[in-house]
Amino acid sequence: MQKFSVHELEEKANIIREDIIKMLVEAGSGHSAGPLGMADVFAALYFHILNHDSHNPAWEERDRLMLSNGHICPVRYAAMAEAGYFPVSELLTLRKLGSRLQGHPERLKLPGVETTSGPLGSGLAQAAGYAYAAKMDGRKFRVYCVTSDGEHQEGNHWEAVMFAAKYNLSNLTAIVDRNNIQIDGYTEDIMPLEPMVEKYKAYNWSVIEIDGHNMQEIIDATGKAKAIFENPTVIIAHTIPGKGVDFMEGDYKWHGNPPGTNIPGEPSKDEQAKIALRELRTLGGKIRSEHQ
Amino acid sequence: MLNMKLKLNNKLFDEDVEQSPTRNGYGEGLVIAGEKDPNVVVLCADLTESTRSNFFKEKFPGRFVEMGVAEQGMATVAAGMANYGKIPFISSYAAFSPGRNWEQIRTTIALNDVPVKIAGAHAGLTVGPDGATHQMLEDIALMRAMPNMIVIYPADSIEAKKATIAAATNGKPTYIRLAREKTPIVTIEATPFKIGKAEVFWTSKDPQVAIIASGPLLYEALLAAKELTGSHPVIVLNCHTIKPIDEQTIIHAAKICGAVVTVEEHQIMGGLGGAVAELLSKNIPTPQEFIGMPDCFGESGQPDELLEKYHMKAKDIMEAVKKAIVRKNS
Repeated sequence: MQKFSVHELEEKANIIREDIIKMLVEAGSGHSAGPLGMADVFAALYFHILNHDSHNPAWEERDRLMLSNGHICPVRYAAMAEAGYFPVSELLTLRKLGSRLQGHPERLKLPGVETTSGPLGSGLAQAAGYAYAAKMDGRKFRVYCVTSDGEHQEGNHWEAVMFAAKYNLSNLTAIVDRNNIQIDGYTEDIMPLEPMVEKYKAYNWSVIEIDGHNMQEIIDATGKAKAIFENPTVIIAHTIPGKGVDFMEGDYKWHGNPPGTNIPGEPSKDEQAKIALRELRTLGGKIRSEHQ
Repeated sequence: MLNMKLKLNNKLFDEDVEQSPTRNGYGEGLVIAGEKDPNVVVLCADLTESTRSNFFKEKFPGRFVEMGVAEQGMATVAAGMANYGKIPFISSYAAFSPGRNWEQIRTTIALNDVPVKIAGAHAGLTVGPDGATHQMLEDIALMRAMPNMIVIYPADSIEAKKATIAAATNGKPTYIRLAREKTPIVTIEATPFKIGKAEVFWTSKDPQVAIIASGPLLYEALLAAKELTGSHPVIVLNCHTIKPIDEQTIIHAAKICGAVVTVEEHQIMGGLGGAVAELLSKNIPTPQEFIGMPDCFGESGQPDELLEKYHMKAKDIMEAVKKAIVRKNS
């Protein structure tokens, strides 16, 4: 797999964002904020970080990417399509009868999806079990697991955190989408998660905090995680939910709604997709860290 | 009479019939399955000795994984291992696995269709003094309703061993239901066992009722059949696989007998009785009596006292047989 440059990755992320908007509009349901917020991470994963082959999804030596918060699957589907797993046109079948692109991803429906997910808190444990088995057999590939911040409210997740630390699963890298929102509101109002860094450290994980929209930081963090042999690593990626679409950014109301939803105070539902796509195109792949 | 074509234990009706808990067979089966296939791994949630997973742990320490008290973690970690290519057996008490981790089993094992084997030990009323919290009586219903899941309820420890070995090679999510108490050994090593195949353990000439039993209460069913010899001839089926249920054998039994009695240490709702009723009502509606828990929780007590109180003994089965005959003839 050819490794894209930072600039190319930023352009790819923006194409993925446009795909996400188009898919969600066509589907008429689904989640907007999470997928848009994770477009940079997924572009980096599929076009730089992961060792994979889109024409051979079952390649034995591939890195495994488990998506724990299955509801952000539009971003994974879009990244996979752009990477050549299936035609981009198939993205428009999302959530429709007979589609391989289920509303929440299913391993048996779409090659390359790795596991079935949606119910929260179970992905890290599956990734950890996978990493454990691979380590038993001395396999070299890495296991990545993308999780949401909200699912850190699930006990199952912390069972996996303990398990991975106990068995020093250094072949496992978790990436937390720290976007601060969940369906009912802001995470710190619903059930506070902070201090996340200290929590993971207390559970004997290595912790790296990054700006989840800064390609270089995303790449550097996963590279650093590969060099840590003592324990598993969690990358806490601070992201802006809805990133790239001004009226969605940072607003929890866009967690579980597609463009085209009547939400008081937002653009009219017929205009939303148009505005979103215009903004994304105007940015022209120049989405950069807010801190730069 | 006992169907000796199946080579059953011919000392079955002796006073001092050999007894062993089905969980022992599970432990022994794990070791054999582990010897046959290096991909077999065993996970346990802090109940290693009481689930007899320690047999495997002693033999294959590098393939045994202690999860701590974390049944949800155990199911999901096992799902990941099976997705990779291992054959994980997860051991706990049925009340917690599949009781507590049902959704994890549903999504990450059954929907994912990965071959994790779930061993639910200490199932049923006969866990006794521990009381209702630990007397899992709903697990068959929970697992039977789940697509892709195989459900096996062995009748004795030898059958449990065979079920464990067979589960290791069936390539499917599989639930094996086990009990704590010693129960009579009904079968011998040479008795045939095939997942999905019910066997007629007791035969009669012109049988009036088919008793269909799962699990260690099969022994009570055989005792009842023996007592009923002459007055109320019956056949007894050992239905160790509740899903997929052996449609052909059960429909045939219903056809020749005209009435059935189901016997299980489980809620009447959703268990073996439910499975048989679903099958027969569609194919050959048949009067049916149910031995099982009547939609209530158990309580502390000695195993035998509880079986007595909740009407799961041979005499209760005999009563049910007589009722079924009356209904058939009315």
